[in-house]
Amino acid sequence: MRTVFKTSYDADINYFRHGVQATWYMLLLLLAVVLPFLMGTFAIGEMTNMLIWAIAGMGLMVLVGQTGQASLGHAAFLAVGCYANVLLQEKLGFPFILSFPLAGVIAGLAGVLLALPTTRLHGIYLAIATLAISILADDIIVLAEPLTNGVIGLFAPTIDIFGLKFDRYANPDGFYWLVLAVAVAVVLVYRNLLRSPLGRSFAAVRDSEVSAQAMGVNVARTKAISFGISTAITGLAGALMGHYAGIFNNETFNVIISIQLLLMIVIGGLGSIHGAFFGAIIVALMPQAIAISRDWIGGLFGGGTVAIPGLESAIFGPILILFILFEPMGIYGRWVKVRTYFELFPFYRKDMFRRQKSYLKTERMR
Amino acid sequence: MSLLELDNVTLRFGGVVAVNKVSFSVEEGEVFALVGPNGAGKSTIFNLISRIYDPAEGDIRFQGKSILSRQPHEIAALGIARTFQNIELFEQATVLQNLLVGRHRHRRSNFMTELLFTPFVRQEERRHREAVEKVIDFLDLQAYREKYIAGLPYGVRKVVEMGRALALEPKLLLLDEPASGLSVEETQDVAYWVEDIKKQMGITVLMVEHDMHLVSAVSDRVLALADGQMLSIGSAHEVQNDPKVIEAYIGVSDDEERAVA
Repeated sequence: MRTVFKTSYDADINYFRHGVQATWYMLLLLLAVVLPFLMGTFAIGEMTNMLIWAIAGMGLMVLVGQTGQASLGHAAFLAVGCYANVLLQEKLGFPFILSFPLAGVIAGLAGVLLALPTTRLHGIYLAIATLAISILADDIIVLAEPLTNGVIGLFAPTIDIFGLKFDRYANPDGFYWLVLAVAVAVVLVYRNLLRSPLGRSFAAVRDSEVSAQAMGVNVARTKAISFGISTAITGLAGALMGHYAGIFNNETFNVIISIQLLLMIVIGGLGSIHGAFFGAIIVALMPQAIAISRDWIGGLFGGGTVAIPGLESAIFGPILILFILFEPMGIYGRWVKVRTYFELFPFYRKDMFRRQKSYLKTERMR
Repeated sequence: MSLLELDNVTLRFGGVVAVNKVSFSVEEGEVFALVGPNGAGKSTIFNLISRIYDPAEGDIRFQGKSILSRQPHEIAALGIARTFQNIELFEQATVLQNLLVGRHRHRRSNFMTELLFTPFVRQEERRHREAVEKVIDFLDLQAYREKYIAGLPYGVRKVVEMGRALALEPKLLLLDEPASGLSVEETQDVAYWVEDIKKQMGITVLMVEHDMHLVSAVSDRVLALADGQMLSIGSAHEVQNDPKVIEAYIGVSDDEERAVA
């Protein structure tokens, strides 16, 4: 186990705890950057999809993992970001470099707007309210046909940044790098959030509203800011999703996507950036893994490939149940345990991470 | 001018009068204790000062100004910090993060600069950390700095909660049963700390406490309450020997009861 001798407060403020940790993350980044040279076009497309899901996951993580507010409506903000980005380009002729951040801002403002009436709601009631938003968004897209082209949908144009073209089909590597750059930027912003007073006020609201209030945290305002940041990041992911899909309509961002997004961060591990990425790996890559193994099994028995409807959900569901039963901290929680086991070898004890049984506090003062 | 004044404060929950025409004032630099049996309205008075409840009648003034028009989250900015009877810490955060939340009223950066983590934010973080380290030294919490609250024993949590309130650098500190559930040694520590908070830091303390040893050791004045009524106010010794207080705690003596019969 490594002991870090801290000689200044900056040691706790900086991104990395020590040089070795920094080196590992730089190596990971380097691997991510050179990935297009190691993988084929199809695989890079899948990796791009994974990164987009990870960005969306980080957006939802800010709200659920950091601030403790459940949301089943984030697909609506993917849609807001996606439509805003494309409409700003198509109708107003904005370049991507402007329309993309603006899509984030618009989604963020939409989130704040949603937060205004819902900050008084807690737990299951908030989940229901946000679920309604997701269903509503679906219908609004159909109704606003002159703008959104209804169920027929819209085409996302090729991204053009100062003459450089980014297109999923014509230039998959370029599009991958673009998404990677956005993902890295979001990670950095997320880390800044965690190490600043804002992130701590989010945690305060999550763990005890009454004492957050006593410390001078404006609970309603903090929740609104959390909604705003969360939906802005999700909006950026939505804009990228639109460009990735090429064509999209109301069905692209239905309520199932909202639920999938929430399941993703729970499986990945609530409250950590790692969790968003681990969850994205599962959600984005599992359909491919299932398809490949289905072909393989089909081949084994001599039959052709048989399409089994609902197979993905049937596999995804049990995985989720198993995680909630046996590893509520998600893949990241498991990863921390494995890491600690090797760091402390042979001194790891079985109940080191045992959670103290704490009873749900009745919300005494509202 | 008194630091804190309660003027004829009444609070009703439906038909129950939780606090009935309570008036008292806390002077700057004193330790003022509220005592009384369960349900006397002690914690309710704290919640009134924290603006969690609105009084039906009366006024609460801090430094001469009424606080009744303030929102609950604005109370900390005035310089009033509090602890809770049933420890309300941020469980999924470390001791250090908990104490840093206490610095929230001194926050000068906004969310945009924080998301970009400008050099100013870093400078502020160092400043907050320095203030928090002073509290950590004062309360001997060095060993727990990086520990998550969820895994800490009860006694330490009590101390952390007091530390979080001190990190606010308040003018008035409200301690809700600081010694409940603590061992004799830990209670002695609390007594020393309250002394130091008063004398070294110059912070006025208003506390609710059942442990009469602690109350008589540290408090300058004591107010006894029962069923929301003021019974007696004065030094710890005077209040303890007030017949009305004795009656509220242990009932009327046999002789008197016979006399009534």
